[in-house]
Amino acid sequence: MRLRVNLVMGGALFALAVGAAVLAPLIATHHPFLDANLMNSELPPGSEYLLGTDKQGRDIYSRIVWGAQISLMVGVVSQLINTVIGTMLGLTGGYWGGKWDDFVSGLTNLMLSIPSLIFALAIIAVLGRGLMSLLIALGLTNWSFTCRIARASALSLKSQGYVQAAKTLGYSDMRIMLTQLLPNMVGPIIVIGTLGMGGAILAEAALSFLGLGVQPPWPSWGSMLSDARDAIITGQVWIPLFPGLAIFFTVLGLNLLGDGLRDVLDPQSKVRSA
Amino acid sequence: MLLLTLRRLAQMIPTVAAVVLTIFVLFSVVPGSIASSMFDDGRGMDPQVMERKRKELGLDKPIHQRFVDYVGKLATGDLGRSFKYDVPVTQVLADRMGPSLKLTLAAMAFAIVIGIPLGFFAALKPGSLGDFGTMVAAVSGLSLPKFWLGLMLAYLFALQLKWLPSFGYGDGGLRYLILPAVTLGVSPMALFARTTRAAVLEIMNADFVRTARSKGMGEVRVVSWHVARNVLVLVLTAVGLQFGALLSQAVVVEQVFSWPGLGSLLISSINDRDIPAVQGCILVIVLFFLAINAAVDVAYSLIDPRIRYG
Repeated sequence: MRLRVNLVMGGALFALAVGAAVLAPLIATHHPFLDANLMNSELPPGSEYLLGTDKQGRDIYSRIVWGAQISLMVGVVSQLINTVIGTMLGLTGGYWGGKWDDFVSGLTNLMLSIPSLIFALAIIAVLGRGLMSLLIALGLTNWSFTCRIARASALSLKSQGYVQAAKTLGYSDMRIMLTQLLPNMVGPIIVIGTLGMGGAILAEAALSFLGLGVQPPWPSWGSMLSDARDAIITGQVWIPLFPGLAIFFTVLGLNLLGDGLRDVLDPQSKVRSA
Repeated sequence: MLLLTLRRLAQMIPTVAAVVLTIFVLFSVVPGSIASSMFDDGRGMDPQVMERKRKELGLDKPIHQRFVDYVGKLATGDLGRSFKYDVPVTQVLADRMGPSLKLTLAAMAFAIVIGIPLGFFAALKPGSLGDFGTMVAAVSGLSLPKFWLGLMLAYLFALQLKWLPSFGYGDGGLRYLILPAVTLGVSPMALFARTTRAAVLEIMNADFVRTARSKGMGEVRVVSWHVARNVLVLVLTAVGLQFGALLSQAVVVEQVFSWPGLGSLLISSINDRDIPAVQGCILVIVLFFLAINAAVDVAYSLIDPRIRYG
């Protein structure tokens, strides 16, 4: 019953992160940035500041809790954009075929031939840094797997009897795609989406760490790590330790959840992808 | 073999063309691109100087003409001049290529040498404690933020234990390479362990393995001869694909360890709005990735003669 362990552990970790984000105003003990006080700079974890304070004297625990909102929002929104793009392109490409399908396949192959974080960096280089360009950059660069799955299922489903029947009944293409094809490919798309969300949270963290993502003073788990290197060198290891653990456990949760969902929703792939 | 390699290289041409077009469009046509904003958003530059700069860079020409110029220059290996260093971009890139290549290959070697055997042995006893432990470690390895792992490793091994140098390239020797390479190698290692395990489990159930066993072949020979060969083909796909992720992650890891590679050049160029250098970096990284994948495809057919590309 390992699959249950996956789902339960993953679900619990992810729920914890979502809980922190939703309850942030209630459970945070300090303001995420207005409480900055250089007198309290770089305090180790203690009773007043549960996880210590950063260089500006801000409470790390409160910033992690508030940061959950931004980090999860970036993960959810950017992955949602990817899922919609990938599903729409794959579905229409597979169902309509022809020139459009050639175009979709070409575009997918192009996306696959540029490593996604590099593509995201290129987009940010053009649009400038900030939350909006981060969402666009991450939302536009990671839809190729969803697209491939959607296209493959549309291709195999369109010759099925019930789809042919719907055609004979005079259903419009749009209606067939949405009511006949889409429900039959939701499973794998959700699995990819869940795993992709974990990837997006990691990418947000990396880009914010590089100073190209979420800008101060608002905390995201990545931006909290942006001056982590100095803290490491001067020995305040708690400053980067806890935001990193928050990222790790959330992404671990999403990965376990994705694996567990795959076992449940897509039993055929169980052996293949372990 | 030669024919196969040539054919595979020919298949790369349309992809490379598409990548070049994408990069050009991204940096030149999209409104608000640096190429225009650098001169247009009035950063206090003298209008006459600006006009001269525009002419120099060919920004006054129509867009299709600029594309033709760009491709023409690319064909002769001219990637433009870096705004920041004021030398040809190719020269800047050349200095950075070695360290990047060294880091990526070292990370890949680490991932392969540890990851594949780990997955292999986990699969030989599925459901055992060792198997479970390996898989937990693998999913954890995939969930770690790489740059954070790097910082933590540097803290532990360099600043606390003082076994290894913390940041920087030093003389480029092994001691400086270990921490960045391990950091970068962790997630491909985890992925290889998972892929290998899945592939071994799948192949262990194949008919030819049952046949080999039923004709009395020893377990060691079955595994080393029949299973290992077939697993290799499946794992090779993962290796090829992981190079892309590795090149992406290298950008971040290089930044963490102040490693003077293409990645840290890319980041500093983005920060300095040095577009020719940004374009050059991205182009080189993508070309490198494409070349690796082509090499992997050719390697397939060496391992598994049934596979032919045509």
